[in-house]
Amino acid sequence: MERKMIGVYILGEYFKVPEGSTILTALEYAGFQLKRGVGCREGFCGACATLYREKGEYKLRGGLACQTVVTEGMTIARIPFVPAERANYDINKLKPDVNTFAELYPSVFRCVSCNTCTKICPQEINVMDYIQDVIRGDIASAAITSFDCIRCGLCALRCPAEIVQFNIAILAQRLYGKYLAPRSPELEERIKEIEEGKFDAEIKRLKGLCREELVREYYAREIEIS
Amino acid sequence: MARKIVLTRHNVEFRREVEKISGEPIGMCDQCGVCSGSCPFTEEMELTPSNVMRKAQLGLVEVMEANTIWICASCYNCMARCPRGLDLSKVMEALRQISLRRAIDSIDIDNLDEDELRELPPIALVGAFRKLTG
Amino acid sequence: MNLKIPYFPGCTLKSHARNFEISALKSAEKLGIEMVELPRWNCCGAVSSVASDDLMKHLAPVRNFIRVEEMNERGLVEDEYRLLTLCSMCFNTLKRTNLRVKSNPEELKSINEFMYKEKDYEGKVDVIHFFELLREMGFDMVRDAVVNPLKGLRLAPYYGCLLLRPKGVGIDDPESPTIMEEFISSLGAAPVSDWEARSRCCGSYHTVSNKRVVVNSIRGIIENARKHGADAIITSCPLCAFNLDRRQEEIVKGNNDFKPMPILYFTQVMAIAFGFDERVTGLEENYIDPKPLFTKKKLVVGGGS
Repeated sequence: MERKMIGVYILGEYFKVPEGSTILTALEYAGFQLKRGVGCREGFCGACATLYREKGEYKLRGGLACQTVVTEGMTIARIPFVPAERANYDINKLKPDVNTFAELYPSVFRCVSCNTCTKICPQEINVMDYIQDVIRGDIASAAITSFDCIRCGLCALRCPAEIVQFNIAILAQRLYGKYLAPRSPELEERIKEIEEGKFDAEIKRLKGLCREELVREYYAREIEIS
Repeated sequence: MARKIVLTRHNVEFRREVEKISGEPIGMCDQCGVCSGSCPFTEEMELTPSNVMRKAQLGLVEVMEANTIWICASCYNCMARCPRGLDLSKVMEALRQISLRRAIDSIDIDNLDEDELRELPPIALVGAFRKLTG
Repeated sequence: MNLKIPYFPGCTLKSHARNFEISALKSAEKLGIEMVELPRWNCCGAVSSVASDDLMKHLAPVRNFIRVEEMNERGLVEDEYRLLTLCSMCFNTLKRTNLRVKSNPEELKSINEFMYKEKDYEGKVDVIHFFELLREMGFDMVRDAVVNPLKGLRLAPYYGCLLLRPKGVGIDDPESPTIMEEFISSLGAAPVSDWEARSRCCGSYHTVSNKRVVVNSIRGIIENARKHGADAIITSCPLCAFNLDRRQEEIVKGNNDFKPMPILYFTQVMAIAFGFDERVTGLEENYIDPKPLFTKKKLVVGGGS
């Protein structure tokens, strides 16, 4: 069957690739062997950050190569790495407040609310919003808003204030998880039970089963829907 | 003790850049000195505010080497009192921007005192970074 | 009086200056003012960019004005386009940008087009400071709400730079202002009038990397206030408050005979006069403890209203 081919520009060079390819598969069809800037291919790891423009459009767009479908006349550049240092800290010694960020990531106060980060984010996260949350000291909101961040780095690359948003997101999320998130009493209970050996016998039994028995027991398991 | 200054095209260009960014007709300053008298930080400054204005009029780039434009705290007292209605705070801003737009910051964000950073309110950090970094 | 008005807190009122916000919200409530916080507001930038060509620095204020217009559309407030501020810096920065874009349609168009993901700012907003609202309502309203007159308390009104300058932005005459003095009188306290340092810059953001400039400045301001008989200084700006209050530590360090002076937000003294207790007045968070002063003047703090 004849597959429709479309033309794209990869680092300025013109290639014909099958319509419906993602940027990633288009690159491979064109003969590029990808050693960096490729990972899970499922839109989860953030390794394949890419900048591109659609034909005839002035807008610069950011996306994951594994998730973005090519269009006729698209121009593409890979961003396998965004330079950024991570602050060194001991999470146990930090307080979940605005001054922790002042100490570790002072550049966050340079934000001019231009929204460039939000516009380029392939995960459609409100990046500007969570940066503003940090400036206000609302760590919980920052952690929750930035939850889907996969650290692709495009925000930090584009930011005119040279803020490294994704590192700030990591710190906010860690502070939230350690100090601010509501605790689950059921989880604490369960951990205690495990440590007391309540499930040891059951696990030993399961480990002793062969593959067919395991599969059978798996599909016959009780599922509670509340 | 007179000082001989030779002005070239570079001086004219520098003055034009200051006038463009500030939007002020700096030639109108008649050096009355009210701004220097009104500035609360004149004593900390290597050049007085009116001196900075004079050097800007002559297009002398050396004005950037004095600490004046960085000690200026944008308090607007000078422009509130200028009898010619000139806005010296805009001239100060323009001079700062000439440095900052070339990515030459006046403070080093990466090496601020950690104990201070634990205490400073966001308003101080935002203000300082806006005025003193590019 | 029943007013619902959009309110812009500014970053620091949510962290270091919580006592400023809480005392303001509760005092306003007592006056029948409901301060409705802007949804999704962002930092205003603290300082104004006065360069002729730096439009980027004006995005943040305009984004906040769009929120005010949205609040009206969503019915969070009714036909109320005034934006109320407490912090002098936020007030000045927001107002300056607002005046600039309202008189520069080309710039406003550029800004609106750049922020294409937002609806356009239509220029409907007016930025006002809390003092202006009180003046408009009449200070008699404040006087009527006082249950705990601050008799015998001499307060020096510290305007700082940004409530008064530049003309056209300021809320009162930059050389002879009276608005804060009127406010102080309405609380039953005695204002310190005409003190030279009342609008002298505290050093502002130099507190970050040039502390000495600030310490020298505040020393002069405090001594000037004291010379005029002040018991305490009141302010409307968290940066001035930090410089005047917290930085006194630096003066005390080198100087045994410097007498510390309490620094309070104007809303804190208002809350005390309105009879609110510590949960609202937030005196614990002031660096130089103001409580001994009130005790000395035999003024009750809390246990009222």
